[in-house]
Amino acid sequence: MSRGHSTFMFEGITKGLEGALSFLRGQGKLTEQNMQDGLRAVQQALLEADVQYDVARDFTARIAEQALGAEVLKSLKPYEQFVGIVHQELINLMGPVDHSLNLRRGELTVLMLCGLQGSGKTTTCGKLAKLLQESGAKPMLVAADMQRPAAIEQLRVIGQQLGVPVYSEAPDSNAVRVCQNGVAAARKNGDVDVVILDTAGRLHVDADLMREIEQIDLKLSPQQILLVCDAMTGQDAVNSAKAFNDALELDGVILTKLDGDARGGAALSIKAVTGVPIKFIGVGEQLDKLEPFHPDRMAGRILGMGDVLTLVEKAQREFDADQMAEQQEKLLKGKFTLMDFKDQMGAVRKMGPLTQIMKLLPGMGKVVDMLSSADIDPEEDLVQIEGIIDSMTPRERDNPDLIDMSRRRRIADGSGTNPSDVNKLIKEFSTMSGMMQQMAGMNKWQQMRQIKQMADGGLFDPGAQIQIAKKSTALGPLDKRAQQDKKKKQRKDARKQRKKNRR
Amino acid sequence: MGLFDKLKRGLQKTKDLLQTDLRDLLKSGEILTEPKLEQFYSRLIATDMGVASAKAIIEELREKHVGRTVVFEEVWDTVRAKLKALLKGDSGTLWDASQPLSPLRFAPEGVTVILVAGVNGVGKTTSIAKLANLLKKNGKKVVLAAGDTFRAAAVEQLTLWSQRLGVEIVTKPSGSDPASVAYAGCARALETNADVVIVDTAGRIQTQQNLMKQLSKIQRVIADKVPGAPHEVLLVLDATTGQNGISQAQHFSQTVSCTGLVLAKLDGTAKGGIVLAIRKEMNLPVKYVGVGEQIDDLELFDPDEFVNALFDQ
Ligand SMILES: Nc1nc2c(ncn2[C@@H]2O[C@H](COP(=O)(O)OP(=O)(O)O)[C@@H](O)[C@H]2O)c(=O)[nH]1
Ligand SMILES: Nc1nc2c(ncn2[C@@H]2O[C@H](COP(=O)(O)OP(=O)(O)O)[C@@H](O)[C@H]2O)c(=O)[nH]1
Ligand SMILES: [Mg+2]
Ligand SMILES: [Mg+2]
Repeated sequence: MSRGHSTFMFEGITKGLEGALSFLRGQGKLTEQNMQDGLRAVQQALLEADVQYDVARDFTARIAEQALGAEVLKSLKPYEQFVGIVHQELINLMGPVDHSLNLRRGELTVLMLCGLQGSGKTTTCGKLAKLLQESGAKPMLVAADMQRPAAIEQLRVIGQQLGVPVYSEAPDSNAVRVCQNGVAAARKNGDVDVVILDTAGRLHVDADLMREIEQIDLKLSPQQILLVCDAMTGQDAVNSAKAFNDALELDGVILTKLDGDARGGAALSIKAVTGVPIKFIGVGEQLDKLEPFHPDRMAGRILGMGDVLTLVEKAQREFDADQMAEQQEKLLKGKFTLMDFKDQMGAVRKMGPLTQIMKLLPGMGKVVDMLSSADIDPEEDLVQIEGIIDSMTPRERDNPDLIDMSRRRRIADGSGTNPSDVNKLIKEFSTMSGMMQQMAGMNKWQQMRQIKQMADGGLFDPGAQIQIAKKSTALGPLDKRAQQDKKKKQRKDARKQRKKNRR
Repeated sequence: MGLFDKLKRGLQKTKDLLQTDLRDLLKSGEILTEPKLEQFYSRLIATDMGVASAKAIIEELREKHVGRTVVFEEVWDTVRAKLKALLKGDSGTLWDASQPLSPLRFAPEGVTVILVAGVNGVGKTTSIAKLANLLKKNGKKVVLAAGDTFRAAAVEQLTLWSQRLGVEIVTKPSGSDPASVAYAGCARALETNADVVIVDTAGRIQTQQNLMKQLSKIQRVIADKVPGAPHEVLLVLDATTGQNGISQAQHFSQTVSCTGLVLAKLDGTAKGGIVLAIRKEMNLPVKYVGVGEQIDDLELFDPDEFVNALFDQ
């Protein structure tokens, strides 16, 4: 197969909605024709992000409705309008935010994790235990996977790493019994308030194993049943999620392995088909790599527009606010210098592995690929880059165009590099400035969101916007939540009764 | 249940289905309309083959059959021919179905090294155990190298399999350099005159550069110890994987030049259609499929069966 074609297709996938809708850029207004094309592009982008076909189709139909009725936004350009509507609708569908674990005060809480083989259940048990531990709870893990070789040992090692007790029995035990005994042991222990059940991976079509997990549910009535789902899952995600939900009435979903470049369309499909909220996401193998799920960020990711908000939030943690505002200002005005670049690199390095950070930026996914195919490790390069910038005079930093051959040689000598390295950095910096402009483009779109938010009575400041989202998560409309819980319990009780009657 | 029972049962199910489900959609005697094509498109998308492949097939149907009276067999032939052409790639040749080891490239003499890689949790270790079983059954002496020194109890997992199979395993403590395990595995195989050494690796997300570098180091070390090795670099893919499978295949191939795919977990309801796109883009063939958690649940990839099963509901 020709290489040309291969790159073409790959780009088609990474470009996402941003690329798919680019034909709308610069067009004056929304017409019947460009709207049809836009809708088709939206549907295709969703399918390429692994959103299930029916979900993508229904979604597109809703967008069509809104695009027709969006009087308020008539003044905007079609591109911004489409992206804005799609983004907002994705957020609506994947929300509201729900990070609750339904912990009971003064009483033992039982959490159960379930899912397909290899989705990340055992690791996520460890991550949850760590999260709970850090919030002052006293978790215990129960090893109820009797299928996979060394699954028990795996959980034991994780427990040891965290200093969390693990209840386990011999590998040929009965899983239901192990769970019962585990909970009994936790009660007896007295110093445990949350039990996390690690169950075996199972296919939703495996009748025996599905019966087993229904038995665990029936016998232990966990307060939370969480489905662990791999973010790289394609069209089949809805089939398994639906089956697990039908069997167990799930309380939440945890989407794992989002640290890669998967678009994670499964998030939308699962929520749309089951209504079960996605509560957490896994972003790495280490036990601290669990984050609350944010629909707005996921929306950006599914659309292939970069995880803008996550980046902003991460950056906020590391940059001080003033410096941030200053740099943003410079960035927008195109006055971003090499010194700013160096400062930012330093701050960025504090945020985590560079390539991971870069991937969060719109349009940077491809740059990361480029770097990796050229066998460039940005971490190593950073040290060199810093050295080079340090060896420049302030004037050179402000205006790299000054740097001629003799200056280049001087800088290279000062930083222990080659003149070609200096040249490369300067070139890269100008590319980077190009990318900054792209970000400025993003900001336009953010501005649009802000205008809309203002109309809705929101705030202008993007930082404040994030804070508000967080607050509502933490507190939540309590009455509403209590009501939901009550309803859910009624449903669950009714279900249990039905299950009992069946036997 | 034996391998062949499973196969037969699968085929039986597929045949029944082709009688009903797809026939309903593409009913003989009716005119093939655009809405019907759209419906068929949704079935193609449901396999995870991706928009590009699905569109290519629809395009072909549109050209050949739209507006005409459907003869089911003809339409189905068009689809099947197109899919099979995709799966067989440029070379058009596949292996001998009666020879379960025929997809593997063995060293002309001495030790054959098989390196197994893939993202986290796809089924690498289990597939290795299954492959070792297959090799052993076919008279090969196998050594396993427990190269996943990262994930908790990964070494124990492969060790348990090696004990069940009665094959030798080389391990190092958790946290050791995986390349040194690979090296030791090759050394052990040379020492004991083994036929095949299979090297397990930790799961890694294809965009994690450091881990991908580690993988190429493993490959380099293998090549240093055994000239011409690794003879096979198998990428394990989870059948539930969606469009990210392309990125996986691209990145892993770039790093360690994969020679084929093992499509694991095909016993669920996922179709694994992404391998069509991967074959098309990178000419990387599927060699084996995993159809369960047990040691015998590995089958030689059969394009006919696979194509039929794509439309199984
Ligand atoms: N990169 C990454 N790997 C993960 C994540 N969660 C789990 N894993 C890995 O996925 C593999 C399977 O995880 P495991 O917990 O054993 O899955 P289980 O079979 O469902 O219990 C292991 O290699 C884990 O380290 C995640 O969020 N990111
Ligand atoms: N149903 C099914 N499960 C499988 C298959 N292959 C592996 N698994 C299961 O998937 C999980 C992860 O497999 P493992 O070999 O540990 O994956 P690795 O992390 O890639 O080495 C385990 O629970 C396996 O039992 C398969 O073909 N079918
Ligand atoms: Mg597990
Ligand atoms: Mg493994």
